Amino acid sequence: MTGTTSEGGLLLPRYLPEPDATRTPVGFPEYRSTGLRAPLRTPVDLPHRLTEVTGPVLGEDRVLPTDADLTWRNGGEAVGQRVLVHGRVLDSGGRPVPGALVEVWQANAAGRYRHVVDNWPAPLDPHFDGLGRVVTDSLGRYEFLTIKPGAYPWGNHHNAWRPAHIHFSLFGRAFTQRLVTQMYFPDDPLFGQDPIFNAIPAAARHRAISRFSLERTQDNWALAFEWDVVLRGADQTPFETDDDGDVA
Amino acid sequence: MTASVPDPLDVPPNPSEPFQPRSGQRGSGFLTGPLRLGTTPSATVGPYLAIGLTWPDGVWAAAEGTEGGVWIRGRVLDGNGDVVPDAMVETWQADPDGRFPSPEDPRGASTYPGFRGYARASTITGEFAVFTLKPGRVPDGEGGLQAPHVDVSVFARGLLDRVVTRVYFADEADANAEDVVLRGLTEEQRDTLLATPTDDGYRLDVRLQGERETVFFAV
Repeated sequence: MTGTTSEGGLLLPRYLPEPDATRTPVGFPEYRSTGLRAPLRTPVDLPHRLTEVTGPVLGEDRVLPTDADLTWRNGGEAVGQRVLVHGRVLDSGGRPVPGALVEVWQANAAGRYRHVVDNWPAPLDPHFDGLGRVVTDSLGRYEFLTIKPGAYPWGNHHNAWRPAHIHFSLFGRAFTQRLVTQMYFPDDPLFGQDPIFNAIPAAARHRAISRFSLERTQDNWALAFEWDVVLRGADQTPFETDDDGDVA
Repeated sequence: MTASVPDPLDVPPNPSEPFQPRSGQRGSGFLTGPLRLGTTPSATVGPYLAIGLTWPDGVWAAAEGTEGGVWIRGRVLDGNGDVVPDAMVETWQADPDGRFPSPEDPRGASTYPGFRGYARASTITGEFAVFTLKPGRVPDGEGGLQAPHVDVSVFARGLLDRVVTRVYFADEADANAEDVVLRGLTEEQRDTLLATPTDDGYRLDVRLQGERETVFFAV
């Protein structure tokens, strides 16, 4: 059987790496904070063994019913453009990842985070904390209602602004699948000057941008954006084939 | 249909091009290899990770008060040797019997009492601290056993992807000497992964850069 390694007689999946050409590097000089933080030495290859192909079970018990609607906090409604963010969590083999914990956080409509370190003079919203959590369903689908985050300045370089984005943190089934990333909105004019967005190799940047989804837009209520997240997949067991080679 | 109506799909083969089989080619409707989607690119957690990633019970890989539990503590240091106070450290490990509370363990998920195996901790106080049970030895797939170890992910502003390392235990010299991963490292590299015993557990600093840069792994 290809794509598996023997672990004392056990067959383990082998999680495929993303090629360097489409993978975000840990450091990127234009993003200045990476200068003293991103490791400088080449990482040592760690073949996947039991610790790497297993992972914690984190599901519904980590999520409250109110966590999928970020637009209502402290007995009131958040200010901003309501958006339904939805999509699927898949692995690179195209298989849905059900029961996956998705944690999101974001700035409010004015581009301000509810965090002591964020002190730029945009208003906080008493009815928005910017935290959401959902678990994917049996088909790997997730959705949450929020408000569209604003852009904000961040001091990386002169007149630096972050494009609107929502932070995503995901667990798949295995340690190797762990992903923390950011989802962007289509056609943001701030993409060109943002080193965090542009640290993603050009060939993969589109994967970080959601798609306006008219079909899920809620009449008289909310816009909708669709974003599928693809985690690393494991080598597949070959399909059984007919004599003539067709997939059975 | 009469013979005089042309079939718009009946395109004569172009003699200047080689014969194209209908199956097994791009555009034929058949996959010619395994489906492979590009993975979503990672991005930094940024400075506001505490909003989304704070769990009241985050540090408890083993339930509070578990007998035999140990604290693993340490600092995350940048290239100047300064403490990184806005990082998140995540840990994942086997239970004391060397098994994982995960359905992905092909030997079956373990149910060690009070053991989650996973913890996350911020470094806002200047160091991380997770409470856990010392892991047992896990098969290495080559007929041997790995030394007790904890897989670690570090996330922070200024890291566009997580960095991955392992915690080993300095008081497991015999097991460490047999460990398939440690055997592949120089002594200097090994030292960056060895947590030293303390009053209530172990301590290991993670050095993101510098002369004693921690060994990070490509997983």
